[in-house]
Amino acid sequence: MTRSPGREQVSRVLQQHGALMVLAALAIVGSIAFDSFATAGNAASIVVSSSFTAIIAIGMTFVIISGGIDLSVGSLFVFGGVLAAYGSQYGLFVALALPLAACGLVGLLQGLLIARTGMAPFIVTLAGMLGVRGLMLAISDEGATTYLVKDSAFARLGQGGLLGLTWPVYITALLAVAAMVLLQRTAFGQNVYAVGGNEPGAALMGVPVARTKVYVYLMSGLLAGLAGVLNAARLSSGVTILGIGLELDVIAAVVIGGTLLTGGAGGITGTIAGVLLLGVIQSLINQVGNLTSAFQQVVSGLFLALVVVAQRLLGRAQRLG
Amino acid sequence: MSQSAAPVLEARQISKRFPGVVALDGVSLALLPGEVHALVGENGAGKSTLIKVFTGVHRPDGGELIYNGSPTAFGTPLDAQRAGISTIYQEVNLVPMMSVARNLMLGREPRGRLGVIDTARMYGEAERILAGYGVVTDVRRPLRTLGMGVQQMVALARAVAIDARVVIMDEPTSSLEPREVETLFSVIRKLKDDGIAVVYVSHRLDELYEVCDRVTVLRDGRVAHTGPLAELERLKLIALMLGRDLDEVRTGGLTRFSRDRRQARDRDGAQPAVRAEGLTRRQVLRGVDVSVWPGEVVGLGGLLGAGRSETAKGIVGALPLDAGRVVVAGRPLRTGSTTAAIRAGVSLLPEDRKAEGIIPALSVRENIALAALPSLSRAGVVSDAKIDKIVDVFMRRLRIKAASPDQPVQELSGGNQQKVLLARWLAIRPKILLLDEPTRGIDVGAKAEVQALVDELAEEGLGVLLISSDLEELVEGADRILVLREGEVVGELSGDDVTEDKIMASIAERGAESDG
Repeated sequence: MTRSPGREQVSRVLQQHGALMVLAALAIVGSIAFDSFATAGNAASIVVSSSFTAIIAIGMTFVIISGGIDLSVGSLFVFGGVLAAYGSQYGLFVALALPLAACGLVGLLQGLLIARTGMAPFIVTLAGMLGVRGLMLAISDEGATTYLVKDSAFARLGQGGLLGLTWPVYITALLAVAAMVLLQRTAFGQNVYAVGGNEPGAALMGVPVARTKVYVYLMSGLLAGLAGVLNAARLSSGVTILGIGLELDVIAAVVIGGTLLTGGAGGITGTIAGVLLLGVIQSLINQVGNLTSAFQQVVSGLFLALVVVAQRLLGRAQRLG
Repeated sequence: MSQSAAPVLEARQISKRFPGVVALDGVSLALLPGEVHALVGENGAGKSTLIKVFTGVHRPDGGELIYNGSPTAFGTPLDAQRAGISTIYQEVNLVPMMSVARNLMLGREPRGRLGVIDTARMYGEAERILAGYGVVTDVRRPLRTLGMGVQQMVALARAVAIDARVVIMDEPTSSLEPREVETLFSVIRKLKDDGIAVVYVSHRLDELYEVCDRVTVLRDGRVAHTGPLAELERLKLIALMLGRDLDEVRTGGLTRFSRDRRQARDRDGAQPAVRAEGLTRRQVLRGVDVSVWPGEVVGLGGLLGAGRSETAKGIVGALPLDAGRVVVAGRPLRTGSTTAAIRAGVSLLPEDRKAEGIIPALSVRENIALAALPSLSRAGVVSDAKIDKIVDVFMRRLRIKAASPDQPVQELSGGNQQKVLLARWLAIRPKILLLDEPTRGIDVGAKAEVQALVDELAEEGLGVLLISSDLEELVEGADRILVLREGEVVGELSGDDVTEDKIMASIAERGAESDG
């Protein structure tokens, strides 16, 4: 069988950067079609609102590349926000440390369960998703109590900014760069790919499979908590009704970004592009006056299905050449 | 190789038991530095278990492992690997989606500033290492985009690069092209010169005689023979593997097959029940022709890995073929479709009945009726009465011992499970039945019953293709035998030529391409 390197390369580029290309194309189309789309204000609003999803999606990218899934991030996001608002009455440090410690602990426990007992990530994090939302409701009187942010330094973390962008956007950018280095240029990152690509093989090659998995879920928990913290700072309160179904949006963004749900392949750039793509779709639908935002979900869903089909075809093209 | 050198790795009286099975029973093997040691044996002989003891996957129940002169117990594969025992598995155990370089260097990537991987140096080093194995490729490409040969070389390079003193190769050539095999052999010779001990597991006799110094034959968990390979005749080696004494003159009579061999029928004008032509599958089958006439039992002989099961799977469409065609009763069959095969009346009783056959939690009744459901239903609605009738007929005819038809199949003995499967395939009234190791792992009584049944079915005009590692079963059960080796038919025996000796001689014949 002869392989055609050209075709294979094309399919690999499409796989890795397809989301970025579609994002660019949509941005261009949007700019031409709607006058108010290509304004600095609109761009900033897309980027700002995407940054929270993006932080969670960075953690999810590691989880999915390692061959797992984390359904608890939506609950951790809202839990982190409520804890941060609650903690803000004791100052900036507690507002940051309390939610991160709690969400990190949940991630760690989930990771240990998955790595040490071999339970399916789907089940473990589903339990986490339900349990953590329950915890959040417990500390907020069934969601009736909305803690308000008392610390102004903490509030500035979510609302202040530079050059028209808020701090969460800059934090997201920093995290994205750090995650890229971590994934591509450290032994840990290589281990994540190896575990997701061929777990028994990785074990035979000496990869610490269990430890890698624990770190991945710990990271995902921490990042979901952090996103919740920043969101609470932005809203100046610990809103209890957020984050329902957020994990699915995040997973969708990661997969649209070219990370394989089966594990072993993907990257941060794709994920960021995937998150922005969903943000742009939302914005475009808002521009079309007579469409409700419910259509955003229809379009996102269709797009996701399209991407998964494309990934299968591209994967086949790469294998058979 | 010097006999006086101390062994680098030695197994002393190693035993390993699994529930219900003694996998290794007092196996001793000494591996000398700089030797290539062939490890051979048929299915269930204990090769894989021994390798897994060497590589830290299994811990022995008895005996000890001496490595570098001192007793050792490896807790995990990683421990064994760190100590210098590397393994190359049959299926390449790398990460297909990662690049060649990252696979090769995983776990020991060169670090630059801040502990971050120095990719330029990593690619350079990977290229340099692979060049030593005659592999020139873009090391940035994902591993899976390369040929199997190159992947195998990367695995080998990785195994050796971690300061291995012992390299274990489990069927390393099973997916290689002849040219790649040559490269592998030159690498093995280089390892030998460097004083590395190699354990070479393969069923390809030509290869064994080409690269191996000594051989250990395992059979039923025991060492059947160990010694220099060059002094051992091929025929003798095969006899050792199959557990047959060459001098033993066999008159047989232990199986329940009828003694009379059905004579080749008058075939002029008559059509074979199935005719397979030129079945080809990369690395597995190289143009196999098989015909089975109605009322005939055709045996497929050969060692493990010769392509027997693959031939059967190719015929029923369970193995995608690169080329070849299958004609059933004069009509060509769409290959690659088991549904088409079943409709045309071709049934396969697979080798691994647990994984590929029975559905453990379902009842005897449901298991039997499964394949026949389309013919037992009208407009998609299944007729219970019809099922009951068929189940009743087959449970009686095959003497299936179950408390009731509603007993879950997993509660039955192996022999009865096998009969349930047989009933399933007979229920679709096949024209041809392919039996892959129909009596493996079932008790003697059930074995005899299955054998008698095969005879009976052939008498009734069914064409049967019988695959068995049990030479006796093959010789007594088959009217005609095709001997396979490395995916090719290398001999056809019929009439008085159907003997164990002739089968072994046929397997032992030198492959034409490796002569000289």
